[in-house]
Amino acid sequence: MDILNEISLFLQTSVQMGTHILFAIVGGIICERVGNMNLGIEGMMLMGAAVGFSVACATSNPLLAVLAAGAAGMLGALIYAVVTVTFRGNQVVTGLVLTIFGTGVAGFIGKSVSGNIIPENVTKTFAPYKIPVLSDIPIIGKALFDQSIYVQLAIIIAIAAFFYMKKTKWGLNMRAVGENPAAADASGINVTLYKYVHILMGGFLCGIGGAYLSVVFLTTWQDNVTAGAGWIAVALIIFSTWNPLKAILAAYLFGMLKGLNFKMQGWGIQVSSQLLDMIPYAATVIVLIIITLRKKKEYQPPKSLGNPYFREER
Amino acid sequence: MKKKLLAALMAATCLLAGCSNGSTSSTTSTSRTTSETSTSAASTAESKDASAPESATSGTESTAQTTSGANTVVAGFVYIGKIDDGGYTQAHDAGRKAIEAMGVETHYLEDVKETVSDTEEAIRTLIEQGCNLIYTNSFGFMEGTVEMAKEYPDVKFAHCSGYQRADNLSTYFGKVYQARYLSGIVAGMKTKANKIGYVAAKGIPEVIRGINAFTLGVQSVNPDATVEVRFTDTWYDPAVEKQAAIELLNNGVDVIAQHQDTTAPQVAAQEKGAFCIGYNFPTSDAAPNAYLTAACFNWPQFYTDDVQRAIDGTWSSRAYWEGLASNMTYLDKLTDLCEEGTQEKVDEAQKKIISGELEPFTGPLYDQDGNLKVEDGVKMTDDEIWNMSWFVKGVVGTIPQ
Repeated sequence: MDILNEISLFLQTSVQMGTHILFAIVGGIICERVGNMNLGIEGMMLMGAAVGFSVACATSNPLLAVLAAGAAGMLGALIYAVVTVTFRGNQVVTGLVLTIFGTGVAGFIGKSVSGNIIPENVTKTFAPYKIPVLSDIPIIGKALFDQSIYVQLAIIIAIAAFFYMKKTKWGLNMRAVGENPAAADASGINVTLYKYVHILMGGFLCGIGGAYLSVVFLTTWQDNVTAGAGWIAVALIIFSTWNPLKAILAAYLFGMLKGLNFKMQGWGIQVSSQLLDMIPYAATVIVLIIITLRKKKEYQPPKSLGNPYFREER
Repeated sequence: MKKKLLAALMAATCLLAGCSNGSTSSTTSTSRTTSETSTSAASTAESKDASAPESATSGTESTAQTTSGANTVVAGFVYIGKIDDGGYTQAHDAGRKAIEAMGVETHYLEDVKETVSDTEEAIRTLIEQGCNLIYTNSFGFMEGTVEMAKEYPDVKFAHCSGYQRADNLSTYFGKVYQARYLSGIVAGMKTKANKIGYVAAKGIPEVIRGINAFTLGVQSVNPDATVEVRFTDTWYDPAVEKQAAIELLNNGVDVIAQHQDTTAPQVAAQEKGAFCIGYNFPTSDAAPNAYLTAACFNWPQFYTDDVQRAIDGTWSSRAYWEGLASNMTYLDKLTDLCEEGTQEKVDEAQKKIISGELEPFTGPLYDQDGNLKVEDGVKMTDDEIWNMSWFVKGVVGTIPQ
């Protein structure tokens, strides 16, 4: 096997391994940009994975499965939004509870569908397909153009989220809410509405991210299928400095990590896999240190992140 | 007002999470009545008669024993996974269901973490529920089980896959490597590329033994074929298991075997048009166009035997390690995807293993570098097999340190 082909196959797998994380990071960024830190990503992903899987098995309708998965993630996000926005509860605690809650719900739903496999017309819809010519581009051709439509959707959503945040009025308002809700409120932005909409949007993306694993990648139900991916996403949100374009890079770099370990095993190089597992977190810590040292404005976390907004409080 | 509402909501969320998590549940509460017990015992006797005709008297005798003994033996299970995990724990739970069918009360705890304190806590809970025969089904439960066996000398314990025993503590495991040897024959017949992939969890003797037996099976029918191994360093992470399988398939292997707890490697094989061999118990549904067979455990074999001993009062500490001969492990029925003539080769090897004529780990055995490790005609002892830490010739890969 020639080296170009090997690299291109490696990147293809890495992208597949990063897709659910990409959905989750973008979802998390959207949520944090309105000032709400949601540690419930893992829970919302699992709920999406379980519901998406069940609906795919029950209806054989791929679109319905994706929407249901998103709705499940949104439901989790709704609980979170009610507690943190309306009741101004502690965001960290609520997020953690949401993860525990989501894990439980997913396990409960999964019990009734375990042993099923995804119907054929759903797997067909989401099977990798080749775009002629483009998929023959050396190195990146297979990674981008010989993939499931679900994988490409993740990239499109990440790019769209970037333009939404940077180029539209709503995106500007949304960032204003995350930076300084009092000022946003004073300028006539409906802070509560913005928070709700974006937290729910984030939940939707986390939900379909989870469904990618169960419906597209594995096509069988496995309990606790995300195996901690939601937590890695929480770290990679910081790594990508709340920028959806960098999230693409972060997610796919993560997808490469384990694959690199398997490659090195093939070359006979011994690397501790615990060390590799540590890399995303270590990288996040380094990024955190750099952004606090450099104090460059565009890399900073949203100012009001983690704080509830009280209109009356000055 | 708002604060109160919030508190109520949080409490409700926690409650819901707790309920549906289902991490600690038990079945067969004490309300299972004696009449129910005796009917199920009778049905066991019936099925026994159907499968292996015995004389009517012996059948009645065993029924009587079961019914009287069932009042005294209560079995508790500490599980590493969920009872429907589609793998390791589900295979064990089939054993629990089998002894329940004998009329014995059982309790179990799922998803117990492999720490000493969690193990002890789980065992205490079961003992409080009245269990006097405790099974712990994962290697990591060893230390906690040993401690509890000291603390409760009147309770019988059995720990799966460990090596520490006491007067009231047995160990048990299946010689699944024998079934793996047979599955190696299936893979060796099937491969066209003469390259077989093996997704392995961790570099411990249990896994190494399986890889070696599998490779010896492959080479018994196809001396040119090699087995390429990738370690995932996890028993359970479906996505990573699939990634390892894809990496192997990209490298040109056309059959995938596994020592992992999910069917993800099998799904990968099917997607790439290759074939696969499962583990733990039959999983033909996950990848119907790729599934050849699986190396399986038959846990009911051990559990029913062990519980019967407890009922009869003949239970004593032992090191149970049985294989094909006592039907503790077996090879799943071959699918139509297997190469022609495979069944005959498997049958032949199976017969020889059962009769003791063939022991997969018999010299001459060479390590990866071609050094003679076991002299011609010498059989490795159970201890040597149990503690194996080197790969045989034909395995491509390195054992992680």
